[in-house]
Amino acid sequence: MHTFAELIIVFVILMDLALAVTGSLSTCIKLVALQGVVAGVLPLLAGHGAPYVRAALFAAVIVTLKGAVFPWLLMRARDKSGARKDVEPLISYPASIMLCLGAFIASSWMGSRLPLPETEVAWIVPASLATVFTGFLLITTRTKAITQVLGYLVIENGIYIFGLALFVEQPMMVELAILLDVFVAVFVMGIAIFHISREFDHIDTAELSELSDWRRGEYGK
Amino acid sequence: MIMLMMLLPLAAGALAFMITGDRPRRALLLWTARLHSLLTALAVWDHAAGGAVSGFISGGAPFRTAPPGAAAWFSFDPLGLFFIAITSSLFLGASHYAVSYLAAEKLGPGEKADGAFVFNNEPETVFTGCLLLFLAAMTAVTASRHMGMLWASVEATTLLSAPLIYFHRHKRSLEATWKYLLICSVGIALALMGNLFLGAAGLKTGAGLDLDTLLIKAALLNKPLLKAAFLFLFVGYGTKMGLSPFHTWLPDAHSEAPAVVSALLSGALLNCAFLGILRVNAVCAAAGLADFTGGILVLFGLFSILTAALFMLGQRDYKRMLAYSSIEHMGIVAIGAGLGGAAVFGALLGALCHSLTKAGLFFTSGVILAAEKTKRIADVRGLWRRAPSTAALWLGGFFLITGTPPSGIFLAKFIVLREAVSLKHYGLAAAYLAFLAILFAGMTRVFISMTFGEHTPKPDEKPFEEPAGLLAPAAFFFGCVILLGLYIPGWLAELMRAAAQNIGGKL
Amino acid sequence: METLKPLGQYLAVMLLSPLLPGVINRVKAFFGGRRGRPLLQLYSDLYKLTRKTPVYSRTTTWVFRAGPVIGVSAMLTALAVLPFAGRPSFLAFDGDFIFLIYLLGLARFATVLAALDTGSAFEGIGASREMQFAVFAEPAFFLGLAALARVTGHTSLSAMFGALTEDIWRTAAPVLALLTASFFIVLLAENSRVPADDPDTHLELTMIHEVMALDHSGPDLACILYGAALKFWVFGALIACMVLPRHSGSWFSDSALFLLVMLATAAAVGVVESVIARLRLIKVPYMLITAFAFSALALIFQMGR
Repeated sequence: MHTFAELIIVFVILMDLALAVTGSLSTCIKLVALQGVVAGVLPLLAGHGAPYVRAALFAAVIVTLKGAVFPWLLMRARDKSGARKDVEPLISYPASIMLCLGAFIASSWMGSRLPLPETEVAWIVPASLATVFTGFLLITTRTKAITQVLGYLVIENGIYIFGLALFVEQPMMVELAILLDVFVAVFVMGIAIFHISREFDHIDTAELSELSDWRRGEYGK
Repeated sequence: MIMLMMLLPLAAGALAFMITGDRPRRALLLWTARLHSLLTALAVWDHAAGGAVSGFISGGAPFRTAPPGAAAWFSFDPLGLFFIAITSSLFLGASHYAVSYLAAEKLGPGEKADGAFVFNNEPETVFTGCLLLFLAAMTAVTASRHMGMLWASVEATTLLSAPLIYFHRHKRSLEATWKYLLICSVGIALALMGNLFLGAAGLKTGAGLDLDTLLIKAALLNKPLLKAAFLFLFVGYGTKMGLSPFHTWLPDAHSEAPAVVSALLSGALLNCAFLGILRVNAVCAAAGLADFTGGILVLFGLFSILTAALFMLGQRDYKRMLAYSSIEHMGIVAIGAGLGGAAVFGALLGALCHSLTKAGLFFTSGVILAAEKTKRIADVRGLWRRAPSTAALWLGGFFLITGTPPSGIFLAKFIVLREAVSLKHYGLAAAYLAFLAILFAGMTRVFISMTFGEHTPKPDEKPFEEPAGLLAPAAFFFGCVILLGLYIPGWLAELMRAAAQNIGGKL
Repeated sequence: METLKPLGQYLAVMLLSPLLPGVINRVKAFFGGRRGRPLLQLYSDLYKLTRKTPVYSRTTTWVFRAGPVIGVSAMLTALAVLPFAGRPSFLAFDGDFIFLIYLLGLARFATVLAALDTGSAFEGIGASREMQFAVFAEPAFFLGLAALARVTGHTSLSAMFGALTEDIWRTAAPVLALLTASFFIVLLAENSRVPADDPDTHLELTMIHEVMALDHSGPDLACILYGAALKFWVFGALIACMVLPRHSGSWFSDSALFLLVMLATAAAVGVVESVIARLRLIKVPYMLITAFAFSALALIFQMGR
């Protein structure tokens, strides 16, 4: 069973790489959703600790949220914003994938340095850290507001997997509160994207640069 | 009573979304704020009287103790109580200001900073509702006894305050909202990672994430993991608190939000994030890592002051200037918490006084904006001719915020400095003083040039009638700060001392 | 008898490798709804070409003539270190996987030099593209083999694949799966198959490998074609050894199974060529970087275990 869980972990990492090279916005959204779903069912496969009913229920909530609700919200935001359908990265795709690989090497090193509890599933810690890094990569090197939300979700996925790796059992109420927060975050960001596209006619965050102490914008006239 | 304090604004917030009439909704906001502060006052009194009030209410059994076996999700320790007291009193002032502000905004959109752009303000229902829910979330932050719950509440404050920043619905407020949402959400996601590390640190001891259990078992926690946990939580909550270099969202959000929201963000929200850091700092201190965490707090605190000082010098926007001043004070507070000992008391006093003063200043800045219709410092001259009482408050606020005696901030800054010197951190003390001097110089330039000088009337300028409803809360807060500088009431000093003990400080 | 087996294997490879391009062509024809060329077409082509008199341009030098010969002899040497059906080859030595990589590099170098020697602009383009892709393909291949060496704990190709058992697949399945994927992508690129290059294209501008062979004729062309078939066998054999860790002990059943997998690999390439369009030239490095990423990940995984 653990080999299977390991395969899933590899799958998660490959999805990180895929996110780094994918040019299509809708593919990105689907990849993030898929990653969330895979991460969501991971505890069922690893099968440790938690009572099974609770774990199954929780996995169901996550799969619904990340697999259905979020992609729907984001796809809607994408359609409504009338944005171009590609992600328009600031750096080339090979550079993205190299950064992603570098992040993975760094996270393997970090994972081996941290005195974490022994995990039965190999690479789960590096994979989670690499996912977090990929999320940061998406946020910093893509120009669109939607990809930043996607980056946030990828970070969230990574942290979720990290939590699995550390066996930190949070009470049900806290887990649900966290999920609720993430849901509201995506919801509010979706609304914000809609407003951005209405005000600026696009969702390119590079244009969100009027407020700055460096550039002579509105106040430097 | 805690449940009531959280449920009251929650229910009121939900209700506010449904009420269509402006008048009843504003009354709801006002009375919720008043009731909330009354409840807070009761809780504080209860603490001061050693549980007498609660004993009276619940018939003998002190209700704050959780049922045996189950750890309480929410309860107030002195530290939480202290911060909810700040938040609640601030919200009381803000609600009074907001009611007048909303009424004025309804009559004619006050701010025309965008040239031809006519504001299409957010519906008042959303604004009021989010304001009340924001209060509920902040109450939850201060009362949380579980690190996971604390995290969820802090994230909730981010999400609920985002619509508040976007009140004016124009490009720049949208930009500020987006930056705020994204930077804070990502930052707080890192704090979640910190929570996981914290959980992992206590995995062998079964400490979980419950604060009380963590504090008891602190010595048994895995030290390296605890350090990692602190770092992540520090970066996460530090982002929200506005410590440099994670502060980038703060000036934007504070300058673009309506004055009342800026006041709440600066006075209440930053403190809530600071509380998150204090909580984990207390756990680390109990585990014997006080030197490590203190060093980090001092380092980033000093860097924040430096950043604020540098950006203060060329500042062109007076609301941004106030935002940088907030960064400075968060830096001071962080240094105080990091030094430990008596400085913790200074940090708490600083947090309190800064909240009140800064809220008052933001309230005043709102009035200036209404009078001059610009946020540019260079365009505001001779305020004392056009709006004398506003100018008086503006100048008074300046003296208070820079820590001129008898301001309470002076006392706070001085306590922190004294502790730094007595711990023989001479370099730190010197840098601290130098940066504060730069800040003072930078702020003097702004405030003096805005207040005095000749006022050149703009072509279509009408005489400005100063709204008393907007100025009164500011005046009240300033009065409180002066009072605190001269005399700290016994019950408050007691509360602060107990709070300081909560996080490892001594006096 | 035991000493003859490796030699028999070697001869079998030399005889069988021209079969594989035929298999690919038949699979592609099947997908296209055609009957396609005969399976043994390449044998007839080779026979025909060896009987012709080569034609040489006056501008070319001995470099041009040496290219195909060096290419095919490098491949023949490479096959001598390559294991067959999980059995050691007769030239196996420690670290021979690096030897293999250098042989492939030598063959490429000779081909490219020969192409440049003609002085034709098209062949120059082809040479440049060939080298450009090699820059990405070689590290991927090298890292992949290094990861494999790390997994099995041997540095000789024969020993590596000999040590590869089902148990290793059970414990290190992700690593091996990644490596197989990486090798397959490298196979496609190195053998000028779709999506990296189209072997059937008729436009010089879009050719990569084919364009370099435009000026060769007669026995030289036969060398090049035969060398390409051998090269395909080299990569195919690596993949077949990867996915076929079971050794029954019987030489005949092992060999039969191995040849079956080789045919399946060729068929898989045919399927890929049929269902995927050729990538734009600037996208080909992305594909190879993906292969590199796979190999690197596999190596990191293996190090972190």
